[in-house]
Amino acid sequence: MIKYTDEHEWIVVDGNIATVGITDYAQKALGDVVFVELPEVGVTFGTGDEVAVVESVKAASEVYAPLSGDITEVNSDLEGEPALVNTSPTDGGWFFKMSIADTGELDGMMDEAAYNDFVAGLE
Amino acid sequence: MSADQTLLKTPLYELHVENGGKMVPFAGYAMPVQYPLGIMKEHLHTREAAGLFDVSHMGQAYIRSLDGSDPAAAIEEIMPGALQILKPGKMRYTLLLNDQGGIEDDLMVTRTFEPEGTLYVVVNAACKEKDYAILEEKLGDKIALEPLEDRALIALQGPKAEAVLAKLAPEVADLSFMEATMVTLEGVVCWVSRSGYTGEDGYEISVPMDEAEAFSKRLLMNDDVELIGLGARDSLRLEAGLCLSGHDFNETISPVAASVTFALGKKRREAGDFAGGDRILSELEKGADNVRVGILPEGRAPAREGVIITDLSGNEIGKVTSGGFGPTLGAPIAMGYVPKAFAENGTEIQLLVRGKSLAAKVAATPFVPQRYKRKTV
Repeated sequence: MIKYTDEHEWIVVDGNIATVGITDYAQKALGDVVFVELPEVGVTFGTGDEVAVVESVKAASEVYAPLSGDITEVNSDLEGEPALVNTSPTDGGWFFKMSIADTGELDGMMDEAAYNDFVAGLE
Repeated sequence: MSADQTLLKTPLYELHVENGGKMVPFAGYAMPVQYPLGIMKEHLHTREAAGLFDVSHMGQAYIRSLDGSDPAAAIEEIMPGALQILKPGKMRYTLLLNDQGGIEDDLMVTRTFEPEGTLYVVVNAACKEKDYAILEEKLGDKIALEPLEDRALIALQGPKAEAVLAKLAPEVADLSFMEATMVTLEGVVCWVSRSGYTGEDGYEISVPMDEAEAFSKRLLMNDDVELIGLGARDSLRLEAGLCLSGHDFNETISPVAASVTFALGKKRREAGDFAGGDRILSELEKGADNVRVGILPEGRAPAREGVIITDLSGNEIGKVTSGGFGPTLGAPIAMGYVPKAFAENGTEIQLLVRGKSLAAKVAATPFVPQRYKRKTV
């Protein structure tokens, strides 16, 4: 199952674990990513907390936790190759995995069709 | 996205939009921060080939004297460069100083070929109203300032700039860095100087505004030329170690503190015969308390304007004034102010980025060697 937030994050749900990244729309808007500051494994975040920072050549942008839960893994490939966020936003450019404290939080999120409509409305 | 309607537009606005420029407000103008190529590739393209920049938002003006004397004699009162000795077709980078010796703005001054010794100046977009007001207030009884509102300004920068422009006017190849001349390009009379703010060889071309779009399109037909936005303009000038007015210095900071003493004329720095001369001479002798330095963060995280600089014990010693990522260097770079005891290259410092202390070193600028075409003697 894949879900989307209006902050342009994607969430792939596998059992009790969510893998989180930013969408193609978001990476295009940010431009060339030169650094990603990732959270530490084991830290607990609440929905909407600042969990990561993406730096493009021009500016820094915060990434907010789409769900509440604990960080279980981060994508260490981004340390050496932050441009993966641009070249492979929904695959190799994932940010982190987190446990899902409350599956009910997924209910309010957009599915792929709804997100595509949302983005179409922005362009 | 449409730009705010209250923003001014340069003569190349339509060209930017047609080419997918992402328009943002800058100094009251709608300007392209980047094109579809993106800041990284735009930056690298300029270093490898040639970039076309619209800098029409900058202030272009003529300065003439009211009594037939040299207008440079008047402006030298508030600018510390050796300007009276400028021969026709020669230009200088100089500073507009206040009475306290603080830097109101930096600017380019060129001697035109007019028999009266008329000067052509280019000032920063964000400062043009202020600069013109200062010139009027301080020197209004000696000089007349004539803003050139009907001219666009285009910068063509990069190692291929000469070959591109020389196809239209072979004589531009004969100009050396900081020289200018009148050239007919595609039937249009333009004022062309070999100058720029990217650290690369290149030209700045003052074109009548009605001709600017056609002229730019003509340059863009060349495969070596790409449109470059403000984002890459900023990263290029930062790699070249060049100051951004209002950020890397301001009206309280002297040329000594800002490490731009190269802008002080040799004889003039002995005489101190300019606004704030006492302070500046004293600082030349004793050094300024805090000075602008280059900074190389050790990791990959950029440290941007406003980031606090600390010593190794965590005591605040200064702030970053410009910072970001250098695409040519492939690493973050910054400039900022530190006490003179920390100003030596190689000094270890720390940068407080989002609550974390990141290791960094004071470093020589330019970060990327400047490649100006200077006259070979």
